[in-house]
Amino acid sequence: MNKKQLENISRHFYLILIVFFLVAPIIYLIIFSFNSTSSMNTFVSFGVDKYFELFANDDFVEAVFVTLSIAIIATIVSIIIGTIAAIALVKMKRGLKESIIYLTNIPIMNPEIVTAVALMIFFLSTSIGVGYFPMLLAHIAFCTPYVIITLYPRIKKLDPHCLEAALDLGATPNQALRKVILPQLRGAIIAAFSIAFTMSFDDFVISYFTGGNVENISTFIYSTKKPVEILPEALSFTTILTVSIILIFVIRHIIYVIKNRNEENEDK
Amino acid sequence: MKKEILKIERTTKSKNPKKSRADFLYLIIPYASLLIILIIFPTLLILGRSFSIGSNTGLINRIGLDNYIYYFTRPEYNKVMFYSIWIAFITTVITMIIAYPAAYFISRLKERTANTMILIITIPMWINMLLRIFAWKYILDENNIIYNIIKAVSGAEVHLLGTDFAIILGLTYIFLPFMIIPIHTVLQKIDRSLIEAGRDLGGTRLKTFLKVTLPLSLPGVLSGITMVFLPAATNIEVFQYLGEAKQNIGLLIDKGFNSTGNWGLFSAISIVLSIIIMIMVFFVNKLEKRLGDNENE
Repeated sequence: MNKKQLENISRHFYLILIVFFLVAPIIYLIIFSFNSTSSMNTFVSFGVDKYFELFANDDFVEAVFVTLSIAIIATIVSIIIGTIAAIALVKMKRGLKESIIYLTNIPIMNPEIVTAVALMIFFLSTSIGVGYFPMLLAHIAFCTPYVIITLYPRIKKLDPHCLEAALDLGATPNQALRKVILPQLRGAIIAAFSIAFTMSFDDFVISYFTGGNVENISTFIYSTKKPVEILPEALSFTTILTVSIILIFVIRHIIYVIKNRNEENEDK
Repeated sequence: MKKEILKIERTTKSKNPKKSRADFLYLIIPYASLLIILIIFPTLLILGRSFSIGSNTGLINRIGLDNYIYYFTRPEYNKVMFYSIWIAFITTVITMIIAYPAAYFISRLKERTANTMILIITIPMWINMLLRIFAWKYILDENNIIYNIIKAVSGAEVHLLGTDFAIILGLTYIFLPFMIIPIHTVLQKIDRSLIEAGRDLGGTRLKTFLKVTLPLSLPGVLSGITMVFLPAATNIEVFQYLGEAKQNIGLLIDKGFNSTGNWGLFSAISIVLSIIIMIMVFFVNKLEKRLGDNENE
């Protein structure tokens, strides 16, 4: 074996170690979700009781519903607000534009806990209070800046002559927006969508402070602070989540491969 | 005659962007209102609260610096702040040491394999952070894998939960992908011909790496540092599950607002924390800009 081969093997070994480190805890949860007892250190026998417990627990099902509905609504709203704001930002005068970008960076850079506490004080000092709606508002508030920082650089790179041409040819600004600008941003909007959705879906701190008695998945897990005791829902839920995420990736990859093949065939 | 036509053309041209500028300006209104109501106003509220002395739910007796003075004269609060920053610093250094070679090796793989690797590294990020920390809580617990390995090797029964080791391990686990990805993005973009040129001009592999690759990848390292250090300093979840009695600044503020705590005091602590973080961001951004300028020269 020469030196280069040895080097290649050690590189691959290092990468495998990294992947193992990142994935092992999740695999551990998945394996023990099929444990028939609640033990977390000895696998007694195979059983799916935890999955029945998951769907039998109304509080957890409700938490899943809250998480999903908030993530979907907050993502859609923040994409709409963020996209049109980013378009307007590009067209703006320098001074105003810079101050808005500066303000957009505040919630991104500020520690999450401070944003959460500030929002809680705001909701409690006004008559809004805490609950489902304030939690939704809070999610929109922290997702939108991320949408803007994802889309703004892309919009800046768009050819301004395209828009001018559309306007010169008699398109109204609305038509120009829908038919010229938005189609060019499809990729960036999908990226912003997945960022906003995961941020909202996984959020803990801000939901914890603004949700009150309304729980999402994270705050539900947090509120069952039993020290060593096992949370069966957490295990089965991790498994379902991981499997669906991997499925989504695999399906996306298959679509990508098929698309490429079709394009290749067309070229021929 | 020709000149006049040109003049007319020029004026119509310069008018056009202005017109479209005005047409699109109203699109900022929803976001501007969101900024004012949900970001600026709450920030002002917490700032105001930090300067006021009174009950939590409204009545303000007096305005003054009492909360800040109280915070700065209490060593226990300052200790928590320094401890959080120290732990975040160690975590950042460790993730950097682990992530840089990983990102480097990935960037040297075939493009398709590299993309798959990045995909695998991002998968854990899609799974709820609390659940992943939960997993570590069990793994590190007594009578489980790591505990038994240590016991078998050294004979000692080590209680790992609640140690700095457990906390740093948890933070490294959570934030490692945030360090690998930006470094990989930068390394991937480096023009291979630059490295080849370095080699052709007689540089050894190590020298080429130190003089060419490493300086070019620094912007990625810097954005990795911001993406790891800042959230690690205030992370609540890891301290809650792996820290046992240990507290960091995030958990301190969390508990302060949720228990009997005095809101004014904890608002003041939040403001101090924000200012420290903002100062750090400012310096990192400045460094990033300087690096960018050097590259352009």
